[in-house]
Amino acid sequence: MPRIGVFVCQCGNNIAATVDTKKVAEEMGRLPGVVYTCDYKFMCSSPGQEMLKQAIKENNLDGVIVSACSPHMHEKTFRKASEAAGLNPYRCEITNIREQCSWVHHDRTKAVGTVKSMDLTRMTIQRLKKNRPLDKIRIPVRKRALVIGGGIAGIQAALDIAEGGREVILVEKEPSIGGNMARLSETFPTMDCSQCILTPKMVEAELNENIKLYTYSEVEKVDGYIGNFTVRIRRKSKYVDEERCTGCGECIEKCPFKVESRFELGLAKRKVIYTPFPQSVPNVPVIDAPNCPKIQKDRCGVCALVCGPKCIDFKMEDRIETVEVGAIVVATGYQLMPNARFGEYGYGRIKDVINGMQFERLASSSGPTGGEIRRPSDGKVPDSVVFIQCVGSRDEKKGVSYCSKVCCMYTAKHTMLYHHKVHGGKAYVFYMDIRCAGKRYEEFVRRAIEHDGAMYLRGRVSRVYERDGKVIVQGADTLSASQVEIEADMVVLATAIVSRDGADTLAQRLGIGYDRHRFYNEYHPKLKPVETVTAGIYLAGTCIGPMDIPESVAQGSAAASKVLALFSADEMSREPITALVNKATCNACWDCVTACPYSAIEKDAVKNRQGEIVRRLARVNDGVCQGCGVCVAACRSKSIDLKGYTDEQVFAAINAF
Amino acid sequence: MKIPYYPGCTLNTVAKGFDASARDSALAIGFEMAELPQWNCCGATFPLTPDNLIALCAPAKVLSNARKEGDTLTTLCSVCYNVLKRTNKVLRDDREKRGVINGFIEEEYDGSVNVVHFLEVLRDRIGFDKVKEAVKRPLKGIKAGAYYGCMLLRPFEDIGIDRVESPTVFEDLLRAIGAEPVEFPNRIECCGAHLAMNNGEIVERLSGNVMTSAVACGAELIVTTCPLCQYNLEKSQGGVAQNTPGYNEVPIIYFTQALGLALGHDIEKLGFENNASDVMGLLKKKGIV
Repeated sequence: MPRIGVFVCQCGNNIAATVDTKKVAEEMGRLPGVVYTCDYKFMCSSPGQEMLKQAIKENNLDGVIVSACSPHMHEKTFRKASEAAGLNPYRCEITNIREQCSWVHHDRTKAVGTVKSMDLTRMTIQRLKKNRPLDKIRIPVRKRALVIGGGIAGIQAALDIAEGGREVILVEKEPSIGGNMARLSETFPTMDCSQCILTPKMVEAELNENIKLYTYSEVEKVDGYIGNFTVRIRRKSKYVDEERCTGCGECIEKCPFKVESRFELGLAKRKVIYTPFPQSVPNVPVIDAPNCPKIQKDRCGVCALVCGPKCIDFKMEDRIETVEVGAIVVATGYQLMPNARFGEYGYGRIKDVINGMQFERLASSSGPTGGEIRRPSDGKVPDSVVFIQCVGSRDEKKGVSYCSKVCCMYTAKHTMLYHHKVHGGKAYVFYMDIRCAGKRYEEFVRRAIEHDGAMYLRGRVSRVYERDGKVIVQGADTLSASQVEIEADMVVLATAIVSRDGADTLAQRLGIGYDRHRFYNEYHPKLKPVETVTAGIYLAGTCIGPMDIPESVAQGSAAASKVLALFSADEMSREPITALVNKATCNACWDCVTACPYSAIEKDAVKNRQGEIVRRLARVNDGVCQGCGVCVAACRSKSIDLKGYTDEQVFAAINAF
Repeated sequence: MKIPYYPGCTLNTVAKGFDASARDSALAIGFEMAELPQWNCCGATFPLTPDNLIALCAPAKVLSNARKEGDTLTTLCSVCYNVLKRTNKVLRDDREKRGVINGFIEEEYDGSVNVVHFLEVLRDRIGFDKVKEAVKRPLKGIKAGAYYGCMLLRPFEDIGIDRVESPTVFEDLLRAIGAEPVEFPNRIECCGAHLAMNNGEIVERLSGNVMTSAVACGAELIVTTCPLCQYNLEKSQGGVAQNTPGYNEVPIIYFTQALGLALGHDIEKLGFENNASDVMGLLKKKGIV
């Protein structure tokens, strides 16, 4: 016979106003198996908890029920108290008679509330009788982290984890870390040079002993679970031996072939053996194999001839490396929406219509024009520039529904850069709203308008076309209700920020969620902004959605702090509420494997002594299982139960009702 | 191949050349435009108020007649095309409105006809490369501006013949028949449309913008798909030429006339006599006739 104790909480007047707690306690005492009952003003207070512990010891209780508030509030408190009194914490159950009973009933005679509280408590008693003691799951943690993406968010995360004394592998797809920030000229609202603040961080990441840089590499496969991930990384062939290369740049100089530079967004050319930009980290060139005549047709090979340390190897092949890590930070960043779909703006057809990122390159002192604003078609310094905001953003029909958040600010910055570099130049901005919420942001935009004299026009542009070497912009000024036509020399489109191509594939590899725009989902948009539903995988930066540099950096640090917290102990413990497969009845239909949103169910096999597989069955990986119960519902042979919420328990509760 | 064909009122009256040249061109390329045995006016405007169902009854009647002839209906006039295609979408997608309209016109029509423009037939069913093969008298050396107007393209969700802001279907056809298409900025702007009735000034300004824009880009010929565009442009050109220094008048013809010309039809049969502008002059200058 079980020995159960029932503790009914009055919660001051929160429960006692509509529930006769004394009567509930008395009535429950009559049920078989209940050996102790009482009611008390505040069960969660320390005297209340003491009382609970005392009662467990004195009455030799093997299970307790606290009828009080929601288990979200104090389940942990009471389980801890029970554990302190020597009881298995999962033999302590909470009945919610506050949120689900006293707060929603207003019957001051207490009749309704009391009866309902008794029903609820009785259900919990029957349920508790079927509870089995459970033990916390302990998982060893491998204290090494993987950061995917070497932009500012990823660099920040890697640096912070490394400074916390843990090893980090930083994987970057491009030949250099730096990401989109490396392309920017100046940064708002302080107008400090992007390269100048980013480059030291890049170098720091390269020099830090705890950080291993895997540039020109991509994550191919992720297995395992929190604390124990196995990641397969493809290290694309650079055709240059990283160890021996001194970064002298002789090969780049002598390479006779040029192709369009991806880093310069088509505004300049680069050699076939190249580093994306002069400050590249690591400063090791790579050969662009599809464009290299030596690799394609066995002609040329000049780079290998001039290379002093002889580190060029045309036969080099991709390498696959498998690493074991305990946590993963995803910081894959963003890209700009392709502009071609906006035919009215003529992007792609008119050379002098460029996007905001291309303007950054024009304004950057390391860019193709050395920081002079010159238009792409003929290199003329433009006398007037039209900036068009919200190209694709806030445009559900042709673009995306969301606001790209940074364009208002960077357009204001562009007008400023332009005015500072081209005296007497005229900047026009077509906007829908000016959204500049942020520290010193509003003042920045006011400065662009009032001090530097940017002409802001509220309205949309209907057409952009060329006439006599000018770019004609037709649009509406809705504040003066008139149509305007501006003869400009150049047009800059503030194109929407979208997720990276392949963001969805990576998410599927990692088992994390993404929204309809393929931005990754946070576990909770407010309270768990850098976690994902998959334990051990964290997010940082613009792979979550459009954001500016300070926010990306803050997220990088936040993700790093989560990783360091995880790495602070050798083992981590988890709630044992996980699914359990009944090996006797599982018939290996794999419905559960399909249903599991966390990929926590593995296909296991039973072997005989000769090592032959005699049958197959599903096995739940406790490290990955989140206890959602989807597999329980999916299982056709009723072979899966959720520990702590077994069918037996649930039916016992229902029967008691 | 026979394709049910709805000419519309204008093509039976002032735009006979548009109609005749299209029918002949179709035959030359290898299909027949089979005029609906019974048809009425399409209504000439798609109502802007969603509950103005009476305006949908005339086009619905046309569509239900067309259904009896086949599952496709082709048109030439941009306005007819626009009205029929959008009405068809309402009848297909909105069960409630379909019930009301069918009750009124005493038909059981479900929106199952596929309304296509003649250009779509050429592009999607025949293929411009086939058209190119059939060309006997290429319009070599003629810089032609393709004027889309609005009704052929907009609204995208209802019409969807091509990208609204940067269409290419018309230019592709001109290229196929040997002309040199000139892409001009105002090719998808409005000509002024029905304002010709009560506010000729606006029409002259808008049509003027279209023509000056085309001519500035080097067009020697403007090609249209719509009798109303054709009318407005032709009517305004004299005034525009007077008021715009350096403007040279250019011939304005229907795209099927250009097509018929390229396919080698008799010049007399193309109906140039109804065009207000001097087409023959250009053709002679370019050595095409």
